[in-house]
Amino acid sequence: MNTLLIIQVVLIVVVILVVARLFRSRGARAQAIRRLGLVVFAVFAAVSILFPDVWTRLAHKVGVGRGADLVLYALVVAFLSFTVTTYLRFRDLETNYTRLARRIALTEAPRPTDRDDDGGHHDIPR
Amino acid sequence: MSTSAPSTDDVWLVVPLFNEETVIADVVRDARRTFPNVVVVDDGSSDGSADAAASAGAFVVRHPVNLGQGAALQTGFEYARSVPSMRWVVTFDADGQHQVSDVLAMLEKARAEDLQVVFGSRFLDDRTTPSPMKKVILRLAVGYTNVTTGTKLTDAHNGLRVISRDVVERLDITQNRMAHASELVAQIGQMKVAYGESPVHILYTDYSKSKGQSLWNSVNILVELMFR
Repeated sequence: MNTLLIIQVVLIVVVILVVARLFRSRGARAQAIRRLGLVVFAVFAAVSILFPDVWTRLAHKVGVGRGADLVLYALVVAFLSFTVTTYLRFRDLETNYTRLARRIALTEAPRPTDRDDDGGHHDIPR
Repeated sequence: MSTSAPSTDDVWLVVPLFNEETVIADVVRDARRTFPNVVVVDDGSSDGSADAAASAGAFVVRHPVNLGQGAALQTGFEYARSVPSMRWVVTFDADGQHQVSDVLAMLEKARAEDLQVVFGSRFLDDRTTPSPMKKVILRLAVGYTNVTTGTKLTDAHNGLRVISRDVVERLDITQNRMAHASELVAQIGQMKVAYGESPVHILYTDYSKSKGQSLWNSVNILVELMFR
């Protein structure tokens, strides 16, 4: 239990920070941070391919038994942030898409002044 | 057209419509006996709903794709806003659950008490009889909405509402799916306008039950609200 404490604290803090940051920040800075993160991730991936025990040493430093476990934890965090980012991005996309569709619908709709006397059809000719 | 004392020419019924081909024409025809102005927002129905509504005399705005009921309501609001003589908007369901007589009572209350918004409530009298499970869910939903929006309502997820022009012009519903009811209450709560509630009778017919939103939807609503 004691040996795992550091990683537990670190992971919980990271999860909270990732969620909090992704909820607030949009725009250039957030994008830049995401891209830098990706570069760091890529470099680290290359390093860990060349020196596989790098994970194990890192794991021991933060109190995890095996490097593989640390990789798993990192993956969980990365997946969580991916999920949240994707959800927010899709929602923004949906908002724009809705505005576009609404504008089309309203443009094509019959105006109240077009009403026939018998209250019949209001369809626009196709 | 109308024979009752106050004119209904300045009232616009906004009816979100999605695949209600069998009932929409009757609903529109019945409503138009009292309220000549009905705008039906067809939310990308795949059946003949939109044509049925149009032949019954409604103005039909057609979403090119399905966007959700919240989006349909907002489209209806924007359509009604473009009519200069509009004073009141009434949100009205397409499936025949709502009564025109309830709308008249709500309008009368709004005018008499100088209210900007009147929400319909199923729980102010005992005419409406939802199933016990549905009742519990609706109570929880309204509790959640009251806590998060700072309003005091007895039934926040009722589709029947009377909204003044002033308020309609400031509404901007962005929750396309089911969470729009809470969003609407939240936005009205923030406006600090006078609002009230009026008892309505929801007809839980076999038809509406077969189409009604499942209780699982309350989970979806909660998630949509948390991540807005």
